[in-house]
Amino acid sequence: MSLAEPAALPVTTSASPRLHILKRFTTGFKASLPAYLLLLPSLVFLALFTYGAMGRVFVDALYQRATPRAPVRFVGLDNIAAVLADSAFTGAVVNNLVYAVGTAVPSIALALLFALALSRTNAVTSALRAALFLPVLIPMVAASALFLFIFLPNVGLLDYYIGGLLPVLPNWLGDSDIALYAIMIITIWKNAGYYMLFFLAGLQAVPEDVMEAAHLDGAGPYQRLRHIILPELKPTFLFVTVIATLNAVTQVDHVFVMTKGGPSNATNLVLFYIYQQAVEHYDIGKASAATLLTLAALMSLTALSFRTMANREGGR
Amino acid sequence: MTLIDWLLKDAPLATRREITPKLGFALTVLLAIVWLIPFLWMGVATLRPASDGINLMAELMPSLKPTLDNVRDAWEIGDFPRYTLNTMIICTGILLVQFVTITLAGFAFARLAFAGKTLIFYLFLMQLMLVPVLLIVPNLSLVAQLGLYDTLTGVMMPFFASAFGTFLMRQAFEAIPTELEDAALIDGASLLQRIRHIYVPLSMPSFSAFAIISVTSHWNDFLWPLMVINSPDKRPLTVGLSVFTATAEGTQAWGTIAAGTLMVIAPLLITFLIFQKRFISSFVTSGIK
Repeated sequence: MSLAEPAALPVTTSASPRLHILKRFTTGFKASLPAYLLLLPSLVFLALFTYGAMGRVFVDALYQRATPRAPVRFVGLDNIAAVLADSAFTGAVVNNLVYAVGTAVPSIALALLFALALSRTNAVTSALRAALFLPVLIPMVAASALFLFIFLPNVGLLDYYIGGLLPVLPNWLGDSDIALYAIMIITIWKNAGYYMLFFLAGLQAVPEDVMEAAHLDGAGPYQRLRHIILPELKPTFLFVTVIATLNAVTQVDHVFVMTKGGPSNATNLVLFYIYQQAVEHYDIGKASAATLLTLAALMSLTALSFRTMANREGGR
Repeated sequence: MTLIDWLLKDAPLATRREITPKLGFALTVLLAIVWLIPFLWMGVATLRPASDGINLMAELMPSLKPTLDNVRDAWEIGDFPRYTLNTMIICTGILLVQFVTITLAGFAFARLAFAGKTLIFYLFLMQLMLVPVLLIVPNLSLVAQLGLYDTLTGVMMPFFASAFGTFLMRQAFEAIPTELEDAALIDGASLLQRIRHIYVPLSMPSFSAFAIISVTSHWNDFLWPLMVINSPDKRPLTVGLSVFTATAEGTQAWGTIAAGTLMVIAPLLITFLIFQKRFISSFVTSGIK
């Protein structure tokens, strides 16, 4: 009996290799089936609202309707060209760049200051952290409602308290030279407390004994910050910069509530432009083309930063 | 012992005489006060009687004759009970479906071996990079095609799957010792029973962290519901507040606007003040969501 078994072996292995692969695939699929069933609910919604939406942006950007009811016709890259030639879009891109730099840099600098000042935990620092974190929790729309009054000309909070210090009372939201900066103040107020959390977490990683040793060597607070703390916080900086940039593109509800992109497009940002094209002008082709351009820019940015982050982690 | 000494009581001895950290702390205290001023104004203006006139509206000293008229006006004009109900339906609906999808998917990634695992993992990761807010235009046409335009389900649907939640649950499930599952396996428990009775009860801290992030972010969502909802009675709080603000701004009813804003943010602020520590640790994990 035991001698017959080796003779049977070559028969099974000599079966066609294609069948073999197929068999392996089906047994592999069978073994994986429970996992696929568990993933299915998530994948259905991801397929519809993430990958499907991506595909739709690509397709919609290639088509155009003459009027909202007219049939679509293929126009190739015309929509992209039209968006790039639209001064409202290029203006929105420039505004958005100014807005991104002008909100990211101050809010990250403030977040670092807050984290350094409040890194020790006690009742006082906890209360201060909570105060600085409160704006993070509230909807941007609610923040806008409050700041509408703060920026109100003549009787608003800002003019009431510091108006006397200025030679001329500025029209904070109505002057096209100032409005974008006024909008930026709200974003800084709202986000600095959020970024502070990441710096607080990052500061935990700064080794206490290295700091002590620096003391003994006579390093002052500035030198310790420059040569020990900041190098240790590099990954946090990168991470927070990515989030701040994403926020500068996506977190623009206050533009809708306070200025509607005005005065004369001074506060028009890319996402508001996309909304206007889609909802106000019913121009899905142009809206999709603008979405596509924005997505491409953002994705290359996040991919680049993920890569630097991975390299840095790997290099350690 | 002065306040400064008390604050520095666990700083290294040598640093206690340094000036720069103290200046930084003083600046932070000052800025924290500035940070609170909008909230302070909101509270004071809510209680200020209309008889004080527009010129005293900015005064941060509370009025001596506080009144709840503004709250009553906002409640009556703004239809806030309806908006609150809609927001609560949206947040709970999203959260309940997310709990199911992220538990199942998180378990698959944490405990099961299957073909194409890396590829599917990257498919999930892509959602984190794609910034859902930017996909409003294609998602609006899809929601309209599904016949869900102007419905609360349409507002909820794009958020039913969450890559962030899936990764959070994967992490939580991986930390659970397999011995517990083996014991249940011997007792003949099915896959779903094991998830339901072993993995889920042991992962409650991760579920609550996810719930905090999910509810606060959808409580605050504005642009997407603004596009999907058309009927006034289906507006969530944020959209309702923006319409209300636009109306009340025309009549310069700033006290009423302050009261309306207070009503919208009070539930979140109160919950935060109660569960402060948990909120803060959840937000740290939410870095990319």
